[in-house]
Amino acid sequence: MTSKITRGSAAAAVAATTALVLSGCVPNAGTGSATLIDVVSSADNCEVSVATASAGPITFSVKNDGNQVTEFYVLGSNQLTIVGEVENIAPGATRELTVVADPGEYFTECKPGMIGSGIGTAAFAVTGEAATVDADQQAAADEAVANYVAYVKSQVEELVPQVDEFVAAYVAGDDDEARRLFPLTRISYERIEPTAEQFGDLDPQIDYRKPGAEAKGLEFTGFHRIEMDLWLDQARENYPDEDLQPLSAAERQEVGDQLVANIGELHALVASDEFTLTLSDITNGAVGLLDEVSAPDGKLPGEENEFAHTDLYDFRANVEGAQVAFDTVRRIAAARGEDGATLVEEIDAQFTAMLALLAEYGDYETGFVDYSLVTQAERNELGAQLNALSEPLSQLTNVVLGLS
Amino acid sequence: MRRAPHSDDADSPVDPASAGSPEPADAVLRPSRRALFTAVGAGAAGLAIGATGGALAASAASGTKGATSTGSVAFEGAHQAGIVTPAQDHLHFAAFDLLRSAGREQLIALLQEWTEAARRLVRGEDLGDGAVDGAPLAPPDDTGEAHGLAASNLTLTFGLGRALFADRATGTSGATPIADPFGLRDRMPAEFEPLPSFAFDLLQEAVSGGDLCIQACADDPQVAVHAIRNLTRIAMGTAHLRWSQLGFGRTSSTSHEQQTPRNLFGFKDGTANIMAEDTAALRESVWVGDDAPAWLRGGSYLVTRKIAMTIETWDRSSLSEQERIIGRSKGEGGPLSGGAEFDAPDFAAVHTSGGTAIDRDAHVALAHPDRNDGMRMLRRGYNYVDGSNDLGQLGAGLFFIAYQSDPAVFVRVQNSLKSDLMNEYIRHIGSGLWAVPGGVGPGEYLAQRLFD
Repeated sequence: MTSKITRGSAAAAVAATTALVLSGCVPNAGTGSATLIDVVSSADNCEVSVATASAGPITFSVKNDGNQVTEFYVLGSNQLTIVGEVENIAPGATRELTVVADPGEYFTECKPGMIGSGIGTAAFAVTGEAATVDADQQAAADEAVANYVAYVKSQVEELVPQVDEFVAAYVAGDDDEARRLFPLTRISYERIEPTAEQFGDLDPQIDYRKPGAEAKGLEFTGFHRIEMDLWLDQARENYPDEDLQPLSAAERQEVGDQLVANIGELHALVASDEFTLTLSDITNGAVGLLDEVSAPDGKLPGEENEFAHTDLYDFRANVEGAQVAFDTVRRIAAARGEDGATLVEEIDAQFTAMLALLAEYGDYETGFVDYSLVTQAERNELGAQLNALSEPLSQLTNVVLGLS
Repeated sequence: MRRAPHSDDADSPVDPASAGSPEPADAVLRPSRRALFTAVGAGAAGLAIGATGGALAASAASGTKGATSTGSVAFEGAHQAGIVTPAQDHLHFAAFDLLRSAGREQLIALLQEWTEAARRLVRGEDLGDGAVDGAPLAPPDDTGEAHGLAASNLTLTFGLGRALFADRATGTSGATPIADPFGLRDRMPAEFEPLPSFAFDLLQEAVSGGDLCIQACADDPQVAVHAIRNLTRIAMGTAHLRWSQLGFGRTSSTSHEQQTPRNLFGFKDGTANIMAEDTAALRESVWVGDDAPAWLRGGSYLVTRKIAMTIETWDRSSLSEQERIIGRSKGEGGPLSGGAEFDAPDFAAVHTSGGTAIDRDAHVALAHPDRNDGMRMLRRGYNYVDGSNDLGQLGAGLFFIAYQSDPAVFVRVQNSLKSDLMNEYIRHIGSGLWAVPGGVGPGEYLAQRLFD
């Protein structure tokens, strides 16, 4: 009863409708009563005609008043999980997005140019009772995959200009600015790390640590190569037997250009029509993101950013990425009997506790504590909470795919 | 010091010997139990059963290497198993800290889950849906490395740290402590005082203390490790592994059935230990008495000390010097005052070359009950080797374990060891003190009466 927008199908100039299924379920027959809300996407704003709606089918009619192709998102309360997205809205065109929303807090935003961060982010509240829905498992699975694919794409869209800015500062020799941008630029990448890792040799070029690159016989490039140059004193301390020298302007240009090119390649790959994921990619990816934190060369031992000590930024980003993956399949899991409902509740509680504990060490805006100053006892506590979250999350794949 | 009257353990309704075990020992045990009677004589064995409850379900062949791995030890009884149970050959000891988010409810839930898991583990059963029969898309409930292995006389002995009864410091510096997080402040026994600092302590915080502990002993090291690993996994979300210690080669006998083993100094250790058969001594020195709170009755206090040995220097000392330090012969283990291993040392005996036969600062002279107001403890330690250090020295030592009715007993004896000649060759690097609740009855969970 609903058609999904196929990525890149600009031909669908007529009002395409994406069933936006928060619940992983589809509405009962007869969605004629959907609330209709107007959205205007302009060069610098994203105006939604009302900020609240009743639970049930809600149709956003998105008009592009700007001069670039635009996208419109409905996001979860964490402002990361995509609960509905309509893209490729040409200048002057209008497209529709229908979501079946349960009561809760949401956010809306537009992304003119379909690159960078969203703009005009605004709160949107859904009130009333959860809609009665039929369980259509295939439709629910399709929607979850579509939403997660959209999320991966949106993160890479944010990453592209951030990497440009970071590399520009580095190449220009503005080291203070480059050091400030380094951890912030990595956030979007860390949120989708397992997806990036599936593209063969791309992740090694973008994100390998020095020992990892050397062990694989690869040239040391990417984020951590630049990190080593920006925190050279720490690098010399970590590798006292090596004669580490600062990179010349030409070398900076070369390593910077390569990172920009690699990220461009990543963007092309996830924007491609061929790019898709499976439900188990999503659920296993959630656990994989947390494994990135606890790995012996990961964030918890402070090895990921061994020169910059900005591991807590990556830590939080990995956790956020896992939470989005979980959020995307939440309603599928919650519908799997008592086991599913209990698991969802447990995972929710542990995500809340994990993010609260991380918040004691700072946030993206004001900065996180230098990880070298985090004591062993504090690291143990972070690790204990990470275990507390990872154990129930490791049950998610079976609940989503193994139970019915 | 606690010197309270005790009930006769044999009358305890949860004592399998008097009331019939709710979890009958495996059929394969029966020949072993009969063998025990034959070997020790019915009288002695009867006493021992009365004293040790579930522990006596153990194979009687203990002490005979390789003959015991099919035995199992009942989890339930008047006392927790793993104290007077004939010391198994292998140890995995683990200490846990509760998460800041854990409160009374979570602590109780953890103790309940641990109890259920322990009941299965000591029977040699896999946990949950097992290691290989679960859902293909889910991680197995049981980690699997003990799949197909026998129970191996596994015992699991649980202890509660003093921190459970106090306000709670938090992991993040500067945060305010949480007041009485488990509602147990009023339940702390008066004698549950922290151990003081001792001369020659070089304690490392990272291998000391803990809110909870589990002593896993088995005749197969894989079985002990499997138990700790799975109990650690179960605890995730409530408690976090703080430190753990592997031990091999028991350094004490806890039954006259067992030969006295040797520590890594090469000497017999624990000759004058309290044995399972010494019912009176157990009542007097090991079990907490009837004036204790209900949850601690039939329990004990557990002290662990990780004692590093500088074995390289020890190995360069002469045989006679080594014997002078210990106060016993290295071969037989007899006191230097003369006689065989189990003969009483005579601290007044004079050596032919003048002076006492046993040096006044020999280890046996300072540690002996005669020199400590008759105070005794049940020792149950293990040798350990944690690889080697940066200087190419073996990370060897003794993981000392002692059970006593009052922590002050350990303090008294340890204070006596200030001038111990052995101190030149050892450093205490880890320390722990826990209250060990009494045994678990049918349908009960560990320390249940603490929360009533």
